Amino acid sequence: MAATSTSMDAERGILAGLLRRPPAVAGLVVLVVIVALAIFASQVMPYPPGQLSIRSRLQGPSLLHLFGTDEFGRDVLSRTIHAGRISLAVGGTVVVVSALIGVTLGLFAGYFRRLDPPLSRLIDAMMAFPDILLAIALVAALGPSAVNVVLALGIVYAPRVARVVRASTLVIRELAYVEAARALGVPTPVILVRHVLRNLASPVMVQGSFIFANAILAEAGLSFLGVGVSPDIPTWGTMIAMGRQFMDQAGWIMWFPGVAIILSVMSLQLLGDALRDLLDPRLSRTT
Amino acid sequence: MLKPLIRRLIEMTVVMALVVTIVFVIVRIAPGDPAAMMLGPDATPQDVADLRVRLGLDQSLAVQYLRYVGGLLSGDLGQSIFLGQPVGAALLARAEPTFFLTLFSLLIACTIALPVGILSAYWRGSLFDQATTTLAMFAASVPSFWLGLVLMQVFAVKLGWFDPSGYGGPGAGLGTRLHHLVLPAVALGIVSSALIARFTRASMLDVLGDDFVRTARAKGMSEWQVVLGHAFKNALIPILTVIGLTAALLVSGAIVTETVFGLPGVGSLIVSAVLRRDYPVIQGALLVIAGLYVIINFVIDMLYLAVDPRVRY
Repeated sequence: MAATSTSMDAERGILAGLLRRPPAVAGLVVLVVIVALAIFASQVMPYPPGQLSIRSRLQGPSLLHLFGTDEFGRDVLSRTIHAGRISLAVGGTVVVVSALIGVTLGLFAGYFRRLDPPLSRLIDAMMAFPDILLAIALVAALGPSAVNVVLALGIVYAPRVARVVRASTLVIRELAYVEAARALGVPTPVILVRHVLRNLASPVMVQGSFIFANAILAEAGLSFLGVGVSPDIPTWGTMIAMGRQFMDQAGWIMWFPGVAIILSVMSLQLLGDALRDLLDPRLSRTT
Repeated sequence: MLKPLIRRLIEMTVVMALVVTIVFVIVRIAPGDPAAMMLGPDATPQDVADLRVRLGLDQSLAVQYLRYVGGLLSGDLGQSIFLGQPVGAALLARAEPTFFLTLFSLLIACTIALPVGILSAYWRGSLFDQATTTLAMFAASVPSFWLGLVLMQVFAVKLGWFDPSGYGGPGAGLGTRLHHLVLPAVALGIVSSALIARFTRASMLDVLGDDFVRTARAKGMSEWQVVLGHAFKNALIPILTVIGLTAALLVSGAIVTETVFGLPGVGSLIVSAVLRRDYPVIQGALLVIAGLYVIINFVIDMLYLAVDPRVRY
C-alpha cells in the first residue's frame, strides 16, 4: 500500500516516479497538450468552429486550413479542438461517476462480509454486458443527451472500480491498525473514511485512467451510432459520423478526429500502465 | 471435481437471474410511458392504450416481471414491435454475419497476436519487443469503427477491391458473403490483437523463467521445442482466458462495425431497435449476449479446473 506517509509526499513520489519512465512522460506530455488545447480552445482555435464558408467547402489540408475544411467550409482543426472539450469532459465526468458508484459498492462489499456475496454477484452480472451494448441500452432508456451518456457510461464502468476497490478493501480491513481502530471502538463510518477510503486512492487512480480512455472510445462509438450526444454537438465521434459521408472526396474530415481519439486514449493508457507499475510493484514484471 | 462444479453452477444461476433482472429494470427506468415513446408523438391515446395491453404494461410491475421470467423459461424472448416476428427468430435471422465476423476477427487477432506475443517475450527488451509493445498500445487505442472507415476509404472506395458495404444482397453465395466480411474482420481483428498480444507476452514471461523450462533446455531440446512445446503450452491457460474474453469484447466492436459496413447482423439489429425504441428486441439482445458471456466464463472456469490440478474453487 502506497499511502503510509502523508499524501503530499506520496503525490510527489508518484510524479517523480512517472517522470523516470519515458513512456509515461510521453503520455503525460501528450495528455497535457490535449487538455490545454481543450481548456484554451477559444484562444488557440484559428477559426470559430461554427463559421460557415460555402466557397471554401471540402478543401484539403493547406496552410490556411491545416486540417482542411468540412462540407460547410468549417475549419476541421478548430472543430477538432472544440470537439475535444466535449469528448474529454464526457470522459472525465464518467470517471467521477463510475468512481463514486464503484467505490461505494466495492467498499461495502469488501468491508461488510454479509454484503459481499450479493454485491459481488451484482458486480459479476453487470460485467456480463459488453460496455457499448449496456451503454446503448441505458441511453435508449434514459433518452439521448450528454448527461445521460455520462450517467450510462458511469454505470457501465462502475463495476470495474468496484472490483478493485473490493479487493483492496479486503486486504486493508485485516491490517493491524484497522483492527486496532475497531478494537478501540472507533465508529465504523470513521474507520471507513479515515483508514480504508484513503488507502484506496491508488487502485482507483489506476482504474480511473483506463476508464477515462475507454469512456472516450465508448462515447465516440455511441455518438457515431447516433445514440450518444446530439449530432449537432461536435464531439470526435459525431465529427467522424458526419465525415464518413464525404470519405470519397474529403477523408480528412474523419481522419483528424480519429487521430485525436487515438492520441488521447494512448496517452491515458500509457499513464495508467505506468501508475499501475509504480503503485503495485507486484504487477510490474508482467508488463 | 463435483463440489466446485456445483458451487460455480449455483453462482452462475444467481448471476443469470441478476442479468435477467437488470435487463428488466433497464427497459423500465425509461422516463414516461414506453408505449407512448415507441409509437411517437402522432399516436392516438387509443393506440397507446392498445400497445400497453399488448406489452402487458397495464399490469403491476410484479406481474410483468413474473410474466417476463415465465416467458424466458419457456424460451420466449418476446415479440418485436416493428419487425412483426418473435425476438428470438429476429436474432437468429441476423446471427450469421455477426458469428462469422466475430470468428474471423478472432482468427485474425490470434494470427497476429500469438507469434508477436511469444517472440516479444522470448526477445524481452529487444528492439522487436519494444516496437511491438508500442504497436500493441497503439492498436488498443484505435476506435475499431474508425479503422473500419479508413480501411473502407482505402480498399473499397479508392482501390475498389471490396464493396464498401452490405452482405451481398439476398441469395448471395457464401464466397460473396465472406468477401464482404474481410474489411470489417481485419479492422476488428487488428484492434483486438493488442490485448491478446499483451497477455501472451505476459504469460510467456511468467513461465520462461520457470525451472521446467531450464530443465527442458538442459535436456538438450531445441529452442523451438522449449518455447512452443513447454513454455507456450503452460502459458496457454491465461491466454485462452483472454481469447475467450476477447470474443465477448468483440461483440461490442461488432455492434458498431456492423453499422459502419452495413452488415445485417445482430449489432445493426440492436442499433435500429434502439433508434426505433423497439424495447423487446433491445431486451432480448441484451439478455442473449450477456447470457453467452456468463456461459463462456463458466466454461473457461471449468476448463481451468479440468486442466490445472492446482486450481481449486
